[in-house]
Amino acid sequence: MISKDKLKNSSIKEIIEEYPYTESFFEDQKLAVDDKEKTLKEIFSELTIEEMEDVVFDLDQFADSLSSHIRNMQEFLGENDSIVAKLSILAGNNKDGEKENYEKLDIHSGEIISIVGPTGSGKSRLLADIEWTAQGDTPTERQILINDEVPDKKWRFTGGKKLVAQLSQNMNFVMDLSVIEFLNLHAESRLIDNQAEVVERIFREANQLAGEQFGREAQITSLSGGQSRALMIADTAILSSSPIILIDEIENAGIDREKALELLVGEEKIVLMATHDPILALMGDKRIIINNGGIKDIIDTTAEEKELMQELKVLDKVLTDLRDDLRYGKNLSRISEELAEIKSA
Amino acid sequence: MNLVTFSGPPSSGKTAVILKTIEAIKQQGLKVGVVKFDCLYTDDDELYRKAGVPVKKGLSGSLCPDHYFVSNIEEVVQWGRERDLDLLITESAGLCNRCSPYIKDIKAICVIDNLSGINTPKKIGPMLKTADIVVITKGDIVSQAEREVFASRVSTVNPDAMVMNVNGLTGQGAFEFSTLLYDQDDHIDTVTGKKLRFSMPSAMCSYCLGETRIGEEHQLGNVRKIELGDE
Ligand SMILES: Nc1nc2c(ncn2[C@@H]2O[C@H](COP(=O)(O)OP(=O)(O)OP(=O)(O)O)[C@@H](O)[C@H]2O)c(=O)[nH]1
Ligand SMILES: [Mg+2]
Ligand SMILES: [Zn+2]
Ligand SMILES: [Zn+2]
Repeated sequence: MISKDKLKNSSIKEIIEEYPYTESFFEDQKLAVDDKEKTLKEIFSELTIEEMEDVVFDLDQFADSLSSHIRNMQEFLGENDSIVAKLSILAGNNKDGEKENYEKLDIHSGEIISIVGPTGSGKSRLLADIEWTAQGDTPTERQILINDEVPDKKWRFTGGKKLVAQLSQNMNFVMDLSVIEFLNLHAESRLIDNQAEVVERIFREANQLAGEQFGREAQITSLSGGQSRALMIADTAILSSSPIILIDEIENAGIDREKALELLVGEEKIVLMATHDPILALMGDKRIIINNGGIKDIIDTTAEEKELMQELKVLDKVLTDLRDDLRYGKNLSRISEELAEIKSA
Repeated sequence: MNLVTFSGPPSSGKTAVILKTIEAIKQQGLKVGVVKFDCLYTDDDELYRKAGVPVKKGLSGSLCPDHYFVSNIEEVVQWGRERDLDLLITESAGLCNRCSPYIKDIKAICVIDNLSGINTPKKIGPMLKTADIVVITKGDIVSQAEREVFASRVSTVNPDAMVMNVNGLTGQGAFEFSTLLYDQDDHIDTVTGKKLRFSMPSAMCSYCLGETRIGEEHQLGNVRKIELGDE
């Protein structure tokens, strides 16, 4: 615990030198600092009524808040305690109160798990249980373990670090920033050291995932659907603080989905993927079947299914090519040759 | 009875979150009522009524809704007790960025949305800074990175708050949030004698009180002058 008295009697300059991230804290708290050599105590004793209103807190409350901020940031930077090597989901009940049809599911970092089931079957509840690190205290009564232990409560409440990052179809960029400005902003909030390098890598990876290239100076709000998705995935893979990524469908347009998953898994994330698309579902190592609010089955993707996935990809390519031909005004021709190729492969 | 105060910028999702949360709380067999404080107009009471929630509204007119809130909260608490509520929720329009309706020892919740821009946390002052729980909404429509940046800004402005994501449309996160609202051991019979968390700027300017004429001689009370400088 940082001593509050010590903070009160330190100059702003000393505090920022020791805890560099407090610079934005002073700014966001709207503390009127005219001279950084002054101590917090001195600054507070000289505030006008209007300046007091701006900062809201008195000296004591401000020092409390500052000390909490420093503690949060130290926790945020101490990555070690938040490595999730293994996530376990212990069985609970379905909507009728019947025990789920499995005992315990272990998911390791770098694994892809597909989640399938009709709409409204309980996919969001499963995800919410994971996000809340449920301990029998949700409607399903499931229990979540991280690295074989009951997880720290911080996963539930901290603003800085959430357990699950989400990527879904209806997400958009809303900030008016260029690609590079946007990546820098995200990197700054993560307080990483090698910012320029990381930002450049995300930019490169995103362009490799995207069907059509985009530039550093492009406005993020003007990117195409595929480009946006590519940037979101590369950014989440490399810069998100969350060890688990939930993907809600990746539309098969303008983005290389297989590469996208490889990138996420390569960053040692756990990938959960809710999908109705057989190609995507078979990219998973396992799939969870959800029905009536509970897990009905857990199926390992078989070798035959992996081969099927290759066939589906050929089929998918045929369809994509046909769509392109259609779009560019070409005449379409029969595809029996391609289909025969699949059969013989 | 438990009392919980909600505040947050206009359209941030307060009503949506409260409604989804009430759904979850009703499962525990608890009786919940809401009082909405606003300035000139609100149809939130209709939404609550439709959901079968006992509701009252109070409009502050030309007054700051938070000042109006403090002058009426005791009566509102008595209204809730007469109706045998287990949980009384107040929803305040966060229209005044210099005030907040939060009371010491009464749970205070700020609802803020991902679309409002990353400078909003720093702009809305006491309503965010002195809240116990900050609920962030509309995470379904912005990117993961924007959500992370926004949440980190919220935490910088209020490092002690619990920060939660709740979706006002789908209700994702509402069950979890609802478990934090009601406490069996809490009993509020009156708020008389309790104190506000943050003293509201008392002196208002002449324009708050209805002055319409422009000019130095009409500027009374709390007047601040713009610094234009020489540049
Ligand atoms: N996409 C999305 N929309 C939301 C979410 N939460 C609320 N909304 C929508 O945002 C709009 C405003 O929500 P309200 O709940 O009325 O907001 P409020 O804060 O109560 O507004 P006032 O009381 O008028 O200040 C409504 O159209 C909601 O449906 C969310 O999480 N996601
Ligand atoms: Mg409302
Ligand atoms: Zn006010
Ligand atoms: Zn005024």
